[in-house]
Amino acid sequence: MYIFKYILKRIALMLFVFFVIITMCFVLVKMLPDMPAESFGKDMELILTRREGLGQIKLHRENGQILYVRYDSKGDILRDENGDPILTQKGDPLGRPWYDRVPILQQYGTFLTRAVKGDFGVGETYKLGSEVWTIFKNRLPYTVVLNLTTILISIPLGLMLGIFAALKKNKWQDHLISTGVMVFVSVPSFIYAFLVQYLFFFELGWFKATVDVSNGPFSWSYIFTAIPAILSMSFGTIAGFARYTRAELTEVLTSDFMLLARTKGLTRAQATVRHAMRNAMVPIFPMILGEFISIMSGSLIIERMFTIPGVGELYIGSIQAQPAPDYNFFMLLTIFYTFIGLAAGIVIDISYGIIDPRIRMGAR
Amino acid sequence: MENKDFNLENIPADQFQFANTAENLHDKKLKTKQMSYFQDVFNRFAKNKSSVVAAVIIIVLLIFAIVGPLFGNKAYVDSYRTDTMLVNYQYLKPRLPFMEGTGIWDGSTVLEVSENRYDVYRGMEEEIGHPIIQEVISTTTTTNVFNETSTLYKIRIDSYTALDTFLLTLTADQYLEIQKWQDETGIQVILPRVKTDVVGNNNIWYQSDRKGNAKFDADGNFIPSYYTSGYDDYTSKVRLENDPWTEEDPSAGWRYAQRTGTAESGYNYVVRLSAYNYFIYRYGFEPCFAFGTDARGFDIFSRLANGARFSFMLAITVSLINLLIGAIYGAIEGYYGGVVDIVMERISDILAGVPFTVVTVLFSLHLASKIGMVPSLLFAFVSTGWIGMASRVRMQFYRFKNREYVLAARTLGASDARIMFKHIFPNSLGTIITGSVLVIPGVIFSETSLSYLGIINLDSASVTSIGAMLSAGQSCMTTAPHVVFFPALFISLLMISFNLFGNGLRDAFNPSTRGVE
Repeated sequence: MYIFKYILKRIALMLFVFFVIITMCFVLVKMLPDMPAESFGKDMELILTRREGLGQIKLHRENGQILYVRYDSKGDILRDENGDPILTQKGDPLGRPWYDRVPILQQYGTFLTRAVKGDFGVGETYKLGSEVWTIFKNRLPYTVVLNLTTILISIPLGLMLGIFAALKKNKWQDHLISTGVMVFVSVPSFIYAFLVQYLFFFELGWFKATVDVSNGPFSWSYIFTAIPAILSMSFGTIAGFARYTRAELTEVLTSDFMLLARTKGLTRAQATVRHAMRNAMVPIFPMILGEFISIMSGSLIIERMFTIPGVGELYIGSIQAQPAPDYNFFMLLTIFYTFIGLAAGIVIDISYGIIDPRIRMGAR
Repeated sequence: MENKDFNLENIPADQFQFANTAENLHDKKLKTKQMSYFQDVFNRFAKNKSSVVAAVIIIVLLIFAIVGPLFGNKAYVDSYRTDTMLVNYQYLKPRLPFMEGTGIWDGSTVLEVSENRYDVYRGMEEEIGHPIIQEVISTTTTTNVFNETSTLYKIRIDSYTALDTFLLTLTADQYLEIQKWQDETGIQVILPRVKTDVVGNNNIWYQSDRKGNAKFDADGNFIPSYYTSGYDDYTSKVRLENDPWTEEDPSAGWRYAQRTGTAESGYNYVVRLSAYNYFIYRYGFEPCFAFGTDARGFDIFSRLANGARFSFMLAITVSLINLLIGAIYGAIEGYYGGVVDIVMERISDILAGVPFTVVTVLFSLHLASKIGMVPSLLFAFVSTGWIGMASRVRMQFYRFKNREYVLAARTLGASDARIMFKHIFPNSLGTIITGSVLVIPGVIFSETSLSYLGIINLDSASVTSIGAMLSAGQSCMTTAPHVVFFPALFISLLMISFNLFGNGLRDAFNPSTRGVE
């Protein structure tokens, strides 16, 4: 009952933080100048109608027709004696549809009501005209499959290396593993990615530089062609797990209850598996859970390097779109990454209390 | 109670005697040496061998970053400002003067080339006189279905002397200047113009078929195919060895330039230049780049040093600003606690929740055009970076604020600010220093990743970052792995050493956590 109340409290707090961040980002994005509609050429009317649909602007219409303003020879907007622009129905090459901007907070309201229904608009400068949510939904499985494979490989290997090093503490095996772990934890993953690319693509020629996405994300052909990417990501993850496991286990192995376990007649293996491991898992298990949540977000760099069509690649693509970043994609992915980050944090916190009842989360 | 036998007030004088009859009395000197906290920390740190090595490596890298940019030849490094000549010197392999002839790090490269290309190298050797082909490793001859044989040569060549000759249009003054320099030094920069049979290949000075396969005379020598007519106004005494030119009959010689333009508007001369010798003429030294050159011909050594300097400066600035903001924020949170703490924690919670990429993108979109890329990057790093430091300081303040010495200070009337910064802060210094140092690799890593991804664009001719260099080197990894190798090595070394150094520092400051990773 107590833990239930705590979880509710944490989730409420998380949603609050989440909401504030999203609002902040939305306002900051909207404060940037929009791509001028003129730059879309003949798609101008379409883009503006879409923007109106997203509640960003308000077009002027008469009998369902969009009203245009015209320019004089100097490029100024033609205005009547009151200073209001003269609106006409038929657009000529020098005119453009006339619209008013909607206040940012009002736009935010529309954005939220649409976002709840899964509608984030369509791409304007990136993936022109395709629905943001659909693209995102299609991309997500690629990232998840890639990272899931990585983690499923890394966890057992990392734990095994860590346990082995802890049991052989201060022997050469431990020194070897610890040095390797130090190197692999420190060196950025894109450096291994370079090595892996160089080795597998150019020297050995085992893999092609692009992954096979013809059979979708849940196929062997995809996983197989993505092996170089999986490898480059695993090194760091394995090393991370190994280091953490070793540190926890060495600490537990020296505690008094281990001595007691040995005294009452357990073998070393029995004592390690039944007593030491269970206690060492207390901080490791939440870490694994956290990894599982954050697999969604993937690795921007690895996806970029191995041209994996995942969300990370989508994110970079939308930021680097020319001539301006695509704000519709950017907003959705910002929401996504923020949520994943916060959710991972909360799951880690809560799992501490669940796997070890002695830890009373949030207790004074 | 009164004791008659032992009257303390009236002890007779004869009952007193000296406790010590020595003439001089001194305080005993302390036998042990006094040691300050930092000396103690230093001693503990020095015992940790790997951390000391890491510290040395970091210092070397720092010196490289500070001094490195001064080493590059200034004329060469700055010449991108005036023209695009550098691109003729792209992908030169790393070369150290004392490694000459070892096959490693001597500017040589192993190539597999067709017979035709092999002849080009031989021809260039003969024409310019620099050795190019150092070693023929193997040859393979294949016969295709049409019974035509072709030979592949696996050769080791000097990437410096194998530079392509190129055409350049000079004004009359420039043309004369090069000739004057040639006469002074005797180095042949300007080569005779060739009747090119193979369009676009200026290396082929001998007769060849359209594909560029050389035609040989009866003795197996190349047959020159130079222009022997036209105006070149070439007065230099430096000429190719076989040049039929003689003092008596100058018109028989080969033509060293193609004159264009008219006498009124001033002549221009299109000349064919030896890239290696032109380099000596233009920059005043024989080309030798310790880390080679990249796709644009930039010297990787000075560029990497520049990038490293930028990274270090950014990281150290960020670390200092984080320390300042974080220390004040964390101190207030931790010291006052209660509602103040809760409200301030929520603020930092919110900031910490924004993904860093989003922060960088928003900052660069909003500010980069107004205040420049580098300041906006600095803002981005600081805007969320101080949170880590603040929470660290906050923990320390929670730990120390109810200690007796704080209570004593408060009883004596010390103000809150004095207690915070005079009493508690020095006690938590160890953790804070360790934290600040470890911010540096974090910032360098983020900056490298972001510039690698192109989210922040720091790559220009004058400024670069390691990430941008890595990203540029990736595209030519097969042909010129050295472009990506040196930046990658630098960042790896830096990260490993900082991690080791940070571990050592933490253990030294806080011996109770020693051995816990």
